[in-house]
Amino acid sequence: MKQIFTSLGLILCLLCSPAFSQGDFADVEVRILPVRDNIFMLVGAGGNITVQTGDQGILIVDTQFAGMSDKILAALAELSDAPLRYIINTHFHGDHVGGNVPLARAGSRISGGNMRRDVTGDTASVIAHESVLLRITTSNENLMDPDGWPTSSYFAGKKDIYFNGEGIRIMHQPRAHTDGDSIVYFRRSDVIAVGDVYRTDAYPFIDTSAGGSIQGLLDAAQSIIDEIIPVYGQDGGTLVIPGHGRLSNLGDVLNWREMLTLIRDRVQAMKDQGMTLQEVIAARPSRDFDPRYGDSERFLTAVYETL
Amino acid sequence: MYKLASCIVFLCSALTSASAMAQANLSGIWLANYTEDLADRRPGPALGDYGGLPLNEANLLRARSWNASLLGLPEYQCRVHPSDYANSHNNIRIWEERNPDTLELIAIHTQHFTWQTHRVIWMDGRDHPPPYAEHTSMGFSTGEWVGHQLKIKTTHLKEGWLRRNGVARSDQATVTEYFIRHGDSLNWTVIVNDPVYLEEPFIRNRDYFYSTDTQPVTYPCESVVEIVHEPGYVPHYLMGNNPDLFEFADTYDIPYEATLGGAHTMYPEYRAIARELPRPSEMQD
Ligand SMILES: [Zn+2]
Repeated sequence: MKQIFTSLGLILCLLCSPAFSQGDFADVEVRILPVRDNIFMLVGAGGNITVQTGDQGILIVDTQFAGMSDKILAALAELSDAPLRYIINTHFHGDHVGGNVPLARAGSRISGGNMRRDVTGDTASVIAHESVLLRITTSNENLMDPDGWPTSSYFAGKKDIYFNGEGIRIMHQPRAHTDGDSIVYFRRSDVIAVGDVYRTDAYPFIDTSAGGSIQGLLDAAQSIIDEIIPVYGQDGGTLVIPGHGRLSNLGDVLNWREMLTLIRDRVQAMKDQGMTLQEVIAARPSRDFDPRYGDSERFLTAVYETL
Repeated sequence: MYKLASCIVFLCSALTSASAMAQANLSGIWLANYTEDLADRRPGPALGDYGGLPLNEANLLRARSWNASLLGLPEYQCRVHPSDYANSHNNIRIWEERNPDTLELIAIHTQHFTWQTHRVIWMDGRDHPPPYAEHTSMGFSTGEWVGHQLKIKTTHLKEGWLRRNGVARSDQATVTEYFIRHGDSLNWTVIVNDPVYLEEPFIRNRDYFYSTDTQPVTYPCESVVEIVHEPGYVPHYLMGNNPDLFEFADTYDIPYEATLGGAHTMYPEYRAIARELPRPSEMQD
């Protein structure tokens, strides 16, 4: 069943456009994984959602699909009866921002006192790198209603907010999975939500049409590793919530970096020898990782093209 | 009436000790019984020695790309041995956790003398976590008694290794173990099922003996920068560029092909096949 969700997420992610439209999610459940203290991971259809709860309200990272939003709201209600205040989008793909509109409308931002709701309507604040805002607002198809736009965008390297008693650092990862990826570090809880720059269930999707690159993806892996302090060895301590797949720790991200590095270096060496993309694919430079991550052709193509 | 009551007490205690006798008491410190496999268990396996391991094509490439300098990186220095590698070497301490009132067995704990890794084997019938929960070096273990034997099922292992020379064990593996006590000796069998990196299950069986006077030891580890590298440096060998792959075969004059492993190299009949293969000493000049 999990594999079906994963494939569904992958297919929709593959469309590379803000596919905000609905699928049929009648049979999909939202499951809650307690991560640490007031941080939870929601698993449903599309990207994992990170939830932070507290007296000031709820903050979530990513919103899956619009068709999942009733179930997501029900899961949030199980965790807290406080209002949804913030949505952070890790990037613009439909399986991560598809639920922005219904979830933002169900929320309420901290501003304006008693009058604001009557003047402008009220929604949760949506935060993302400005590239996400640009891509969402310039999409020719399925243009998202402005209520879901990440109007609290940032364009420098990072944006910090302090919410529910902890500092939350949102850090841009240039040219990685897309050109607008953010990783979100909950500094007191010691948890990082990283979106699709890291996943455990498949090879990475490098969205070359949206500025993604193999080197940016490796740099993003390194930024995650740099923030992690394990308890001992490579376990525990800072935990990582991936875009897709399971809750992770340092060892998992190191394996990911190892896989990306080996394949990058092999493809680079083959490219340096003058091999064409088809020759590289035929040489199977990822065959030691294929039984783990699946079909590699799309990934190898993106590596080859962005080196 | 008094007689009846004491009969019941006697019957209960007889039943209790009878059922307890079906389970072993594994508590104590058990010392690794190094014999002919000492060289493999203490210094560890040679580079390029994969013979007798059921590794598949993917794992062979993984192993041949592995560079031991990886272990010099700060983020790898304190990397502990996964629970399914622990019986490869060194001693363990075992203790029980029981409900203080009912004395029901909740869990059996182990601590490996290398890396001081603490592992919990849940005996209270709980379920394994969902697949999207964290995976760790120790994994998530549940145990049951099969007669006198403790049978353990482990899931949620993150990627580890079958040997310390680059042979990988994937995070999709499940492990079955048996702890079997015979008086003062303990047999610990590990069976690794890995759909990603193995052609057949890998089985490692080790012996321990009971110690009456060994004390547990700590194993602290702090990483340090030993060599300054560019951020993101991951040492490895490109295909065909590893200079260390022939050293083992050359040193012991073993046919190179036999060092490549694969399920067929595990079985006794492979000896006859290997004998027919050319040895390095026959291939010179
Ligand atoms: Zn994506």
